[in-house]
Amino acid sequence: MAALSTPLETVDEFREVEPAAVDLSVCEVRELNAALHARDVVEKAARWRVSSPDGRHNIAVGLDAGIEVEIDGHVGYYCAGMNKTASVTVHGNAGVGVAENMMSGTVRVRGNASQSAGATAHGGLLVVEGSAAARCGISMKGVDIVVGGDVGHMSAFMGQAGRLVICGDAGDALGDSLYEARIYLRGSVKSLGADCVEKEMRGEHLAELGELLAAAGMDADPAAFRRYGSARTLYNFSVDHASSY
Amino acid sequence: MCGIVGLHLREPSLYPRLGELLTGMLCQVSERGPDSAGVAVYGDPRMSPPGRATVSLLTGSLTPDDVGTRLGSALPGTAPAVVDAGQTLVVNAATTSEELVAAAKQVLPGSLVIGFGSDLAVLKGVGHPQTLAAEFGLARAEGWQGVAHTRMATESAVTPAHCHPFSVGPDQCLVHNGSFANHATIRRELVAGGSVFDSDNDSEVGARFVAAQLAAGYDLEKSLKLLCERFDGFYTLLVSTRDSFAVVRDAVACKPAVIAETPQWVAMASEYRALAGLPGVESARIFEPEPEEVYAWQR
Repeated sequence: MAALSTPLETVDEFREVEPAAVDLSVCEVRELNAALHARDVVEKAARWRVSSPDGRHNIAVGLDAGIEVEIDGHVGYYCAGMNKTASVTVHGNAGVGVAENMMSGTVRVRGNASQSAGATAHGGLLVVEGSAAARCGISMKGVDIVVGGDVGHMSAFMGQAGRLVICGDAGDALGDSLYEARIYLRGSVKSLGADCVEKEMRGEHLAELGELLAAAGMDADPAAFRRYGSARTLYNFSVDHASSY
Repeated sequence: MCGIVGLHLREPSLYPRLGELLTGMLCQVSERGPDSAGVAVYGDPRMSPPGRATVSLLTGSLTPDDVGTRLGSALPGTAPAVVDAGQTLVVNAATTSEELVAAAKQVLPGSLVIGFGSDLAVLKGVGHPQTLAAEFGLARAEGWQGVAHTRMATESAVTPAHCHPFSVGPDQCLVHNGSFANHATIRRELVAGGSVFDSDNDSEVGARFVAAQLAAGYDLEKSLKLLCERFDGFYTLLVSTRDSFAVVRDAVACKPAVIAETPQWVAMASEYRALAGLPGVESARIFEPEPEEVYAWQR
């Protein structure tokens, strides 16, 4: 652990005030992740500050403790993947698959996110303050995703559960082959995917959207959004389509 | 998977650093393509001095001395100079690139022309990209534009001839991350139209297609729009000529690409980490190219 800017051995009570600092220009991502995975990480340092990420992959993946990790700069692939409980903030852009397969906790990207943000994630909250590229929330399984800007094509593809909130516009084939994930969109959609339809915005939807926007810290009026969901026509085989197979 | 990096310099004071910057970028995408690599450099005074034609060659068993002697006899008075870049040789001479290419084909049997023009040197090899960068002497290269590719072969053999960039027209260059689905059909059409192929690599079909459009008088932007209409499959392409630098992705856009732009330079890479070491990147405009949109910059 010698390469860590704040060697874990020296981490003590004062860390409650000052976060443990890790400079990835002098320390390997594996060392950082091993330190964040330590069984007693909460006691040693509940707050971490990571510098010089420089687009490196797999930063802060697999966290499983109630710690806060702030990353100053752009990250590469799969940042905060599989996150559980922890709160991870990226002060920059995120590469492919940020917070993929997240279970719980919060991941916030202050810039833009590349494709497949929040892919297959089961729970927790992913906030992208900028825009997210294609396939945002692909196969989402219970995560809540709030995007301040736009999302690219095929977002929420085969989304099974959870909510995707888009404050900007959506690209082609939004919600294609959707199961029970709910989509809230403030801007326009280029095209809806197969079996994705606009649905009525009832009181309970305005309420849950208001909660999601508040949790994400987004200043947007829930009444300005439309709701999209599954028409559920793909759930069962239709005998009329037999000739297609 | 493959790795692409490219750097188009706008600020002349950075020209002496082209090779150094491109080496750093190339090494960051080594993991995306560890089997082989290739580089194109525009405007290096050692490999492609101004006023002289340049040809890049895979010469097999011929030594640099053999190549220099034979081309010197074939083209008297042109003083061919041979730059040894490991698996590739770059020859420049006081003649036209057409004459130099014709002479190379005539007197260097078994050699393959992998690039030609007035400003372009193409360097290819099999091996780890970091080792190849040293073999090419890339860090010493200068110029206004450079492109590099690390290859993880999926559809044809791992040889220097199969490496990108594919440079099939004067000072043209194409690198590809992805795989074309209908390349065999388009290859047949191009062959019927007179194109002659050097390899069975699908990416060469893309390069020959672009070269055919440029030869027909279209500009690079239009040529790439036509490519989008004609080609199926996955692609992120970086295509360059001596005065332009362009990026395009297919409709699905699953092959990654990041562009960074500053008043001093435009850079493109498969992943941001390849751009992280560029001077002034912290204030660059960074974005991912949209599907089927052509992004082009002119010198």
